[in-house]
Amino acid sequence: MPALFRRVAEKDRKTIRLFVDGHEIEALEGDTLLVALLTRTRQLRHNEFDNAPRAGFCLMGACQDCWVWTEDGTQLRACSTPAQPGMRITTTEVPWLTNL
Amino acid sequence: MADEPVIVIGAGPAGTRAAQRLVQAGLRPVVIDENDRQGGQIYRRQPENFHRTPEKLYGTEAAKATALHTDFDLLRPHIDYHPGTTVWGVSDEGLMTVCGQDVTIVPFSRVIIASGATDRIMPVPGWTTPGAYSLGAAQIALKAQACAIGQKPVFMGTGPLLYLVAWQYLQAGARPAAVLDTSALSTRMKGLRRMASRARVVANGVRYMADLARAGVRLHAGITPRAIEASNNQVSGVTWCDSRGRLRQVSCDAVGIGYGLRSETQLADLLKCDFTFDPCFTQWRPHVDRNGRTSRPDVYLAGDGVLLRGADAAEAAGQLAACAVLRDGGHGVEDTEFTQLHETLAIMNRFGRGLAEAFPWPAHLARALPDETVVCRCENITAGEIRRAAGELDAPEMNRAKALTRPGMGRCQGRMCGLAAAEILAAARNVPVREVGRLRTAAPVKPLPLNCTVKS
Repeated sequence: MPALFRRVAEKDRKTIRLFVDGHEIEALEGDTLLVALLTRTRQLRHNEFDNAPRAGFCLMGACQDCWVWTEDGTQLRACSTPAQPGMRITTTEVPWLTNL
Repeated sequence: MADEPVIVIGAGPAGTRAAQRLVQAGLRPVVIDENDRQGGQIYRRQPENFHRTPEKLYGTEAAKATALHTDFDLLRPHIDYHPGTTVWGVSDEGLMTVCGQDVTIVPFSRVIIASGATDRIMPVPGWTTPGAYSLGAAQIALKAQACAIGQKPVFMGTGPLLYLVAWQYLQAGARPAAVLDTSALSTRMKGLRRMASRARVVANGVRYMADLARAGVRLHAGITPRAIEASNNQVSGVTWCDSRGRLRQVSCDAVGIGYGLRSETQLADLLKCDFTFDPCFTQWRPHVDRNGRTSRPDVYLAGDGVLLRGADAAEAAGQLAACAVLRDGGHGVEDTEFTQLHETLAIMNRFGRGLAEAFPWPAHLARALPDETVVCRCENITAGEIRRAAGELDAPEMNRAKALTRPGMGRCQGRMCGLAAAEILAAARNVPVREVGRLRTAAPVKPLPLNCTVKS
């Protein structure tokens, strides 16, 4: 699948690995989750009302349109969360009863 | 709460200079910043393992950015610094903050809010498609993550940021497909009279436009946006009408949208500060005196979070608000310091007004938005739903409209759609936009994690 974002500099960083929807992906140390995902794919999540794909909008923590989840249900704003090695991320919401 | 600390919210240009002035007077302020690294948006820092130079990142503003970062680093031993921490509410005991999953109540004697601004957005059909971002987002992707939002982006909206971001993309090797500006050239010339007060800033803007034109990037003025086109759930083009009314199309794979800025005013609202309608920027904002004092004796505001004058003005306004805090708290501050800051800000005020005149908010576009256009991107509330609230349901103002058909009810709390929704409501009722008021703030001003815990 083609990516939305394109790296234009700072490409010589250490590679890290994390899991998105069960698939292992490579990212670079210092990436936000949003960048780790959108340099690989074209969307982050689906809107709850029409199920259409979304890929964030403001990148400054205001629009709340880049939420992803950890597999145990913690919601994360992808634009302001650093990607960490071994993270397990899902792009569909985890049923809320499991994360209390 | 006189023994409690002074709190500074935000560590951009205004917050940093405010904290610095308080430290100079011997205080130890608490600095709470939502970002993980100090600098705010315009002087946002890249992650520590990135290597681009300040010149590469901040261009003509590199020296100012470096000074702001260095000065803050020197302040660190003298302040209580809480990065990655959001102030989300207010209680009788103080400010409610969240860092990760930890909620804390922070008492204060006085608070300086320097919460900054976000892009002001006018929706357009297709703007929820992946690949459509705010202008600020396009810039953050480049500056903080060394990424372009696409291979050949279009930048659409109005204001100086349009040309700066397009120029930064050109420098980074992602040549923009076009720059589409709703302001007409004749309108820009009118604003130029006031903008002449800061010739260097104008010269930079002219240079960006000249460089873009020389690189073959088409700069269109006086356009009317029509739609962002999608193919396979990704932006594939933009249609617009040119200044002569002809329908045009440009292919692209991303769009950056922005029509100037809107102040982040939620905390002043929760603290019950009086608001006023600013006709220059056509938005409601907290009322402040020229030193940043609000209607509440313990709340002060500085920077783009109250008056949209840019980073240079924010530095001066931050220092000024700190001077006001110090004087009101019985510390000596020379009159000359106030006078000098007022003189600096008078130039910025004039320039800011010139910019607003040169690149006006295109309120008229709201009236023409098709009924089916999504306005609230959180909950997909359309222009037609807002018009239904205005007409059939007879909502006279924004909070009533929100209660009836939900514009601004979503989790961004109207940050992205609120100003456009107000224009749609006002247009549908044929009243000036100030008469439909502003969305009241509700805590938490940003969503909290479900599993957060209160720390004492």
